[in-house]
Amino acid sequence: MPETLFDKLWREHEVRRLSDSRSLIYVDRIFLHERTGSVALASLEQGGRRVRQRAHTFCTMDHIVDTLPGRGDDTLMPGGRDFIVTTRSSARAAGIQLFDINDRDQGIVHVISPELGIALPGTTLVCPDSHTCTLGGLGALAWGVGSTEAAHALATSTLRVQRPQNHRVTFQGQLSPGTTAKDMILFTIRELSAAGGAGHALEFSGEAIRELSVEGRLTLCNMATELSAFTALIAPDDKVIRYLEGRPFAPRGSLWQSATAHWQTLVSDPDARFDAETRLSVAGLKPQLSWGTSPEHSMDWDDSVPDPEQAPTGATRDAWRRAQDYMDLRPGSRLGDYPLDAAFMGSCTNSRLSDLRLAADFLAQSGQRVAPGVKALCVPGSGGVKRAAEAEGLHHVFTEAGFEWREPGCSLCFYAGGEGFGPGSRVVSTTNRNFEGRQGPGVRTHLASPLSVVASACAGHLVAAEAV
Amino acid sequence: MEAFQQHTGVALPLQRDNIDTDAIIPSREMRSVSKSGLAAGLFAPWRYLQADERIPNPDFPLNQSRYEGASILIAGNNFGCGSSREHAVWALMEAGFRVIIAPAFATIFFNNALRNGLLPVTLGPDDCTALLSFGADDPQQCQVTVDLQACSVTAGDRVYAFEIAADARRMLLEGLDEIGLTELDGDRVAAFEQADRRRRPWVYLDQGESS
Ligand code: SF4
Repeated sequence: MPETLFDKLWREHEVRRLSDSRSLIYVDRIFLHERTGSVALASLEQGGRRVRQRAHTFCTMDHIVDTLPGRGDDTLMPGGRDFIVTTRSSARAAGIQLFDINDRDQGIVHVISPELGIALPGTTLVCPDSHTCTLGGLGALAWGVGSTEAAHALATSTLRVQRPQNHRVTFQGQLSPGTTAKDMILFTIRELSAAGGAGHALEFSGEAIRELSVEGRLTLCNMATELSAFTALIAPDDKVIRYLEGRPFAPRGSLWQSATAHWQTLVSDPDARFDAETRLSVAGLKPQLSWGTSPEHSMDWDDSVPDPEQAPTGATRDAWRRAQDYMDLRPGSRLGDYPLDAAFMGSCTNSRLSDLRLAADFLAQSGQRVAPGVKALCVPGSGGVKRAAEAEGLHHVFTEAGFEWREPGCSLCFYAGGEGFGPGSRVVSTTNRNFEGRQGPGVRTHLASPLSVVASACAGHLVAAEAV
Repeated sequence: MEAFQQHTGVALPLQRDNIDTDAIIPSREMRSVSKSGLAAGLFAPWRYLQADERIPNPDFPLNQSRYEGASILIAGNNFGCGSSREHAVWALMEAGFRVIIAPAFATIFFNNALRNGLLPVTLGPDDCTALLSFGADDPQQCQVTVDLQACSVTAGDRVYAFEIAADARRMLLEGLDEIGLTELDGDRVAAFEQADRRRRPWVYLDQGESS
């Protein structure tokens, strides 16, 4: 029977069938962070259980830690210290590897797990965090779980999982310069809707995927959760193999040989059957910006804000109205008409070295500076990204242009109760969620690519780099 | 986990699609490493005019006396999308909810609900609308009954059937500890690992040493 890539990964990890649609699936790697992982470790302890495979379990501090220079256990978020201290002591007691605040490899979980070679093609990886699907970009079967499920995985090295269906999204054509993986995924969500991936494992394929860098693929898969998909996958190729070679937790020597031989088999068979198929052309795709409060509220950057009266259904009309109310936008207006208060470069979507390089190149080449009155932040995704960026002098480019240069972490991707942008502020952001209040009460988030974020920061209003 | 067999209660309408976990319980309302103390933060962005001062928004159904004691939530499509935070489920339960009815749920939320004894019921959009109109005039009198044994939702003389995976249903009905259940398969997991170490030796970090 021909199999999809997902079918193969599922079969290779199936310990046993529980029913027609559910299986006990072996979990190769577990990653925790101080926001939800601490709860998982605590409930494990309360149940009197231990971590079954300690060598396969990792923990980082990314969500709650401050990203200001000189940070420590005390945080701007009220009560943050409690999470940090509890996580540290539970991780130590459990005997798992912790990337603590000032560890050189500390960073956002989905940035460090590929960077350190912890996530590998053909492995299953779970984390109590919805953006775990990022690792599908390497060809890992990775998905987000709740804290109780994470405790189950810690105790048993398995999860009881409902088998999703297969949905292949084929991207035809090639991206134009100035258009990135971020624009591709915003476009995909706009086409398929925020619920368009529900109940499915997506496979992204086609010419435009093969052309993407590994980091671009991670960006693309990162937002599969914004499609409500179980996860997303991209078949690993030579680029992935080259990317992983020599990473600290990647296999070496003869193990590397047997790993890469295995990875070559991880493709969908030519006549494999998919439950759903979508074809999207990205030739001529323009940079995308979100205008509303769901990632599906995205459009070509120079389009006008849609009119709720033209919405396809009554429910959509109401949703658009509420979104435009919250975002303080008029139907028919251009996003460029509204002054910007802040710009955020960072998050597990777009805080890798290639993102920072792209943004810094724009700043260096255009010679522009951040517009007066715009608060601009650049937060590298990990210690590794930060070091590499500084070695190339990117931090000087950012700071000279008026960006703050931060320590690694999730930072203002989400509002934890401490540092925020302030109610009513309009923010252009490389993050993945524009939900009401996501970046702070009343904050109006526009999702964009790194290029559009720096171009907008300098223009003082939303714009794409192509217009500058 | 709390077992779930049958429940009758007041149904609260929240007919928006894509209700995300940031709306159900904002990050700033999750103040400690704990599963409790979350009820007051439930739907904080919509429920309060001023979340910090807890000034209620009279237009939000949760603040209206006609829905007092509501324990069944009827929501729009793709309920619980967004972050994986299980706090969304804990907050709903602490606020007294036992059932969420929606045309579709985000997967992680759905799984989190099952594992805590909060029943997610998937009903078509038309059935959801019919349920809402049933309770619209007098939600306190027109209570809704959800029966997991029979997989049905009853509103007056209308009965709506729903489906749920058999092992998930059993887990909820009996209030089983899922970890305990899986531990019974411990030998199979060990056998899987033994065979897998030969097939995929590069996965296992404990034996560690490369050659
Ligand atoms: S960067 Fe943002 S989306 Fe990514 S893990 Fe952190 S909080 Fe979540």
